Amino acid sequence: MALKEQFEIPGGLKKWSYALMGVGVLTLILGVVFLHPFSGGHGEGHGAEAYGATKFWMALMHNSIFWLLVVAASFFFIAATTLAQAGWPLVFRRVPEAISGAMNVLGPIALVILLGYVWVSDDHHIYHWKDVEHVKHDEKLLHKSGFLNPMFYTILSVTAVGLWMWFRHSFRKLSLAEDLAQKGERSFYWKSLAIAAAFLVTYGLTVLSTLPWMWLMSIDAHWYSTMYSWYTFASSWVAGLSLIMLFVVYLKNQGYLEYVNEEHIHDIGKFMFAFSIFWTYLWFSQFMLIWYSNQPEETAYFIDRLGFGGKGEGTFRGIFLLNLIINFLAPLLILMRRGSKRNYTVVTLMAVIIIFGHWLDFYQMITPGPLKELGKESNSLGHFVFSLGVGAGFLGLVIFLTAKYLTKAPLLPKNHPLVKESIIHHT
Amino acid sequence: MSVKKFVVGCFDDEKTLFPAVKNTRKAGYKIHDVYTPFPIHGLDHAMGLRDTSLHTAGFIYALTGTTTALTFMSWVFTKDWPLNIGGKPHFPLPAFIPIVFELTVLCAAVGMVLTFCYLCQLAPFVTKDHFHLRATDDLFVMPIEVTDKTNVEEVKAFFKNAGAVEVFEKEAETGWWLGRYDKAKKAFEKEEIVTA
Repeated sequence: MALKEQFEIPGGLKKWSYALMGVGVLTLILGVVFLHPFSGGHGEGHGAEAYGATKFWMALMHNSIFWLLVVAASFFFIAATTLAQAGWPLVFRRVPEAISGAMNVLGPIALVILLGYVWVSDDHHIYHWKDVEHVKHDEKLLHKSGFLNPMFYTILSVTAVGLWMWFRHSFRKLSLAEDLAQKGERSFYWKSLAIAAAFLVTYGLTVLSTLPWMWLMSIDAHWYSTMYSWYTFASSWVAGLSLIMLFVVYLKNQGYLEYVNEEHIHDIGKFMFAFSIFWTYLWFSQFMLIWYSNQPEETAYFIDRLGFGGKGEGTFRGIFLLNLIINFLAPLLILMRRGSKRNYTVVTLMAVIIIFGHWLDFYQMITPGPLKELGKESNSLGHFVFSLGVGAGFLGLVIFLTAKYLTKAPLLPKNHPLVKESIIHHT
Repeated sequence: MSVKKFVVGCFDDEKTLFPAVKNTRKAGYKIHDVYTPFPIHGLDHAMGLRDTSLHTAGFIYALTGTTTALTFMSWVFTKDWPLNIGGKPHFPLPAFIPIVFELTVLCAAVGMVLTFCYLCQLAPFVTKDHFHLRATDDLFVMPIEVTDKTNVEEVKAFFKNAGAVEVFEKEAETGWWLGRYDKAKKAFEKEEIVTA
C-alpha cells in the first residue's frame, strides 16, 4: 500500500480558505468605509460616531491576538510534549508544526495591528494609557506609566513574537533535518529538547505573565487581576488543542495520517477536556475572589460584563454566561465519557464549539471596557458581526497557512526515536 | 461460595500468555481469571471482559455529593438559619461552589475506592486464592474452571501445548473468605515445582 505521506492541498480546502479570507477582507473594507478608523477619535464629540475607530481597531486586535495566541499554543503543545519526552503525539506532530508555522504571518500581522494602534491611530478608547494628556491627571496610570507606555509595549511585543517565531523556526529546521539524516542519529532529539525547554521559559515569561497584561489587561488599565495571564493562556491553549484536533481529524478523513487512530484522538480529547476544566478553574477563581471581597476597584471589571442593570452595565451578560456554558458545561458533560473522546464526530463538534467559545471569551475580555460609555449600544449586533467577519478572515488565513506548511514536509517524522512508541500507542 | 475444581496453567512470558488466552477462549474453555504480577495492557480485551462500570458509579457518587452539598447549604442558609455574611445574599451561589466541588470530589473518590475494593473482592482480613504464589512475583497464572463437560487431561494437554511452564489441578474457594492461605483447603498439597 502506498503511504500517503505527502500532503497535497485538496481543492475544497483551498476554496474554503479563500472564501473565508475573502469574507475577512470584505469585512475590513466595509469597516474602513463605515467606521472611519483613520479619521481620528478626537474632537468629534461622544456617541456611537466617535467610537467607529475604536470598534474597528478592537475587532482587529481581538482577532489578531486571539489567533496568534492560538497558533502559538500549538507550538507550546510541541514544546511541552517534547520536553516531557512524550512519544504519543509523534504520528501527528507535523500538524501542530504546520499550525504553528502560521505564526510567521500572523505574528507580523498582529504586531502591525497592535503597534499601528499604539503609534498611528488617534483613538485611545482601547488603551487609555497611550493618551499622554489623560495620564498626567490619572494618578494610577501615572504610577503604572513606567510599564504602560508605547515604547515598552513595542519592545516587549516585538521581542516576544520574534522569539516565538525564532524558536519555532529552529525547531522546525531540526525536525526536517532529522528526516533526511541517518536513522538512529540522536543529536536532533537532544537539540530539540533544549529548544523546547528554552521556548517554554520564554513562553512562561510572555504569554503566561507579561504579554496579556500589556495586550489585554491594560484595556481596563485601572483594574488588575493576578489570574489574568493564566486565564488568557488557558483560553488560547484549549482553543489551540481544539485546532490541532480539527486538523488531525480532517487529515485522517482525507486518508492521511494512517497511524493516527482513536487512541491518539482519545489523548487529544483528554487534553481538551482537562484544560476546559482548567480554564473554568481560573475563571471561577478570578470571579469568586473578586465577588467575595467586593472591592469597588476590582468589581468594576465584572460590573461591565455582568452588571446590575444600570446604564451601560451588563450588556454583555448574555455573552458572559454563554461563555461559561459552552466553555465549561458543554466540554464537561459531553467529553466526560470515554466513548465520546474516541468518537471522531463528537470531538470535531466539540473542537468547533470550544474554538468559537474561546473566541467569544476573548470578545468579552476585550470589548466591554472600551465601549462602556456607549451604554446599551456597546454590544451592538453590528459590532459582533463585524468581529465575526474579521475572525473568519483570520481563520481562513490560518487554514491556508497550515495547509501550505503541511505540504512542505512528509507527515511522519520517520527518523524520530520515539515514533514507534507513538504508532503502538495504547491508552 | 462453593469450592470448585480448577485446572491451572502457569506461563512465564506475556508473549505466550496472550495467544494462550486467545486460544483458550477459542477452544471454549471458561477462564476463571488471569493472575499477573503487574497490570498488563490489553489483557482485559484479550480475555473479553466487558468495560468496567466503575466510572458510571463514580459519576453517580459525584452527583450525590453535588446535590447533598447544594441542598444542605441552601437549606441551612435560606430556611434554617439565615445569616448576614458581609452583606451577601442568602443564597450566595459562588461562595457555595468550592464546598460543592469538595463534596463532589470526596463522594466520588471515597465511593469509587470502596466500589473498586468490592469489585476486586478486596477487604482487610479477607483472603482470595490466586492459585499460585508466584503470581505475585513472576508467573502469569490462568485457572480454568472444571465443569461436568470438561476433560481434565485434555485441558492439561492444551495448556502444555500453549506453552505453560507448569500445569496442575486445584480445588479452591472461588469467592472471598476470612482467613489465611494455610487455612485454605489444601492450598499446596505438593511441594512446589520451581522451574528455573
